[in-house]
Amino acid sequence: MSEPIDDAAAAAQVTYSAAYQQGMREEMERNPDVFVIGTDLYDRGGHFGQVKNLGPEFGADRIRDTPISEAAMVAAGVGAAMNGARPVVDLNFMDFAYGAMDEVVNQAAKMRYMWGRPVPLVIRGTAGVAQGGAQHNNSLQSWFMNTPGLAVVFPSRPWDSKGLIKSALRGEDPVIFMMHKLLTGVRGPVGDADELVRIGSARIVRPGKDVTVITYGHGVVLAEQAERTLHQHDIDVEIIDLRTLAPLDVETVLDSVRRIGRAIVLDEAPPLAGPAAAVVAAIQDGAFWYLDQPVVRITARHSPIPHSPVLMDALLPTAQQVVDAALSLARANGPQVLAG
Amino acid sequence: MSTATDGTVRTLPDVPAEELLEWLADMTLIRTFEQTADGLALRGKIPGGMHPAIGQEAIGVGAARALRDTDIMTGTHRSHHHALAKQLPAAEVLAELYGKASGINGGRGGSMHLADFDRGLWGSNGIVGGGLGVALGAALGARVRSTGQVVIGFFGDGGANIGRVWEFVNLAAIWKLPLIVACENNLYAVETASKAMTGGGDIAARAGGFGLPSMSVDGQDVVAVHAAVGAAADRARTGAGPTFLELMTYRYMGHNSGEVIRYRTTDEVAQWRASRDPIENFAALLTDAGILDPAALARIDETAADVVARAVTFAEEAPWPDPFTAADNVSSLSNEWGYPR
Repeated sequence: MSEPIDDAAAAAQVTYSAAYQQGMREEMERNPDVFVIGTDLYDRGGHFGQVKNLGPEFGADRIRDTPISEAAMVAAGVGAAMNGARPVVDLNFMDFAYGAMDEVVNQAAKMRYMWGRPVPLVIRGTAGVAQGGAQHNNSLQSWFMNTPGLAVVFPSRPWDSKGLIKSALRGEDPVIFMMHKLLTGVRGPVGDADELVRIGSARIVRPGKDVTVITYGHGVVLAEQAERTLHQHDIDVEIIDLRTLAPLDVETVLDSVRRIGRAIVLDEAPPLAGPAAAVVAAIQDGAFWYLDQPVVRITARHSPIPHSPVLMDALLPTAQQVVDAALSLARANGPQVLAG
Repeated sequence: MSTATDGTVRTLPDVPAEELLEWLADMTLIRTFEQTADGLALRGKIPGGMHPAIGQEAIGVGAARALRDTDIMTGTHRSHHHALAKQLPAAEVLAELYGKASGINGGRGGSMHLADFDRGLWGSNGIVGGGLGVALGAALGARVRSTGQVVIGFFGDGGANIGRVWEFVNLAAIWKLPLIVACENNLYAVETASKAMTGGGDIAARAGGFGLPSMSVDGQDVVAVHAAVGAAADRARTGAGPTFLELMTYRYMGHNSGEVIRYRTTDEVAQWRASRDPIENFAALLTDAGILDPAALARIDETAADVVARAVTFAEEAPWPDPFTAADNVSSLSNEWGYPR
């Protein structure tokens, strides 16, 4: 006999993608200036079901199908946002943003700085590394977080995909909204219509005292897997989900590292000038004297993503790497006596 | 009716005489401003230099005068004529070129990034074709919010070979947006004759393939520009969709201030100056119509010289921006990408 089913809790469990759709629907009901543009949205609901059913519900003017013209989609979003609307450009795959890079980086990101004109634009794309080969598995978060003026969010669970899209649609900045392919169907609870997740706020997924694992997106899943193994070794892992990559919640990271003194940064982007590099640099700047051991950085290799699963797995970070790194950190002789 | 120096017969529009004199005054101000600013750029007063629009004055003025104050214009890297035609104060524009705090954008924009949202200039744009994208989006915003605005987006003959420009034209066409797609064809993309780089050789004909009305207009004739933009604006306002205008023009100076010109002959420039000058031809038209006399012309010239002289003083004396503000207002979220200050 299993545990009694909690009907209310079961009903509140929605997928990561449906949570986003729920957030979109609520914000579209709340604000008539919110609309979505992109390919295959009205009938199909997007390639990941992210706006499923919203087309017939809100009409073709608000779930607006476009040709496959990414530059025009983003340009339309930029100018419309400058003119008081609240557009969401849905690229389906974030990789397609390369075709609109000038609109994102040179137009959307710079209007506020140059002219004081807010560009309240959301650019959503499914991202992260999964199957599909080299051209659909780019880690554009590294590119975008290098652009002053852009916010970059990367939720890891339904609660955050809903709460972050709501914040993005009520804020005044261009927000790059990245959702991980492998999380599309993952279920979890969501907040109600006014439950917002603040952009720029990391979350302590689980508190611990022996080692901090700092990650985001699908990395949270890997970190949780690693934690279960490490728990058996009596290593108490603290997991931080960054949730937003720009602006980085450096305070939450530093607080943890100052308390614990051992840190692993886990990131599936290539290592150069990416999120992991930024977090490691922030720790060196703000918590160096609190470290017992050098920070461990676990990232993808500096390589495009191959088609073959065997090759792909060889490039990507794994939960086992986190376990090994944590064990090594826990066993190492640092300047202080290890806790536990 | 009047015969211009190039032999074409021109007719004045149904516009009050006082307003026609303002058109001439605006074009004269732009010419005077650009000549002065060009000299200042050569003296190192304008960081990064500038792209003078001398010769293209009729386009800025004809377009701005055909639109309402609430309508929107976006420009290019060569946009001082757009800005001044949209009535941005010359002093604040020049101070912006200097990089001063009193500049129209506080010194954060510069020659290629001038904007004044109150006056309907939604930015000149340093990226070829970029301004048209902003215009496309502004037109979409006008549509979804039912503001009644018409938007004109400028780009050049060089921009006509930017792929995404045609993405913008297509989207505006299928959505019937209130957009005027305005190609200022001054024949040269930086140092390259556009004719040699343009498949089919005809930009307006290329645009016609996107299913919107497309025409070539004499961009040296402020009356013709005014008429074409006015008709396109009327069409846009009724919901009939965008219009493509190829405005044939010529820049007298190089691509940028101080450029050594090897790609065209001095004869060619002299011919345009002698027969196609937008200011001289319009002044002749107004004179023939009895609207302008030598005294009035002299007053227009003197006023322009005075406004520009005062602009130079203003820009010279204006304070520099506070360096401590250099990274302010990047975002509402954080100025230091998450680092505590």
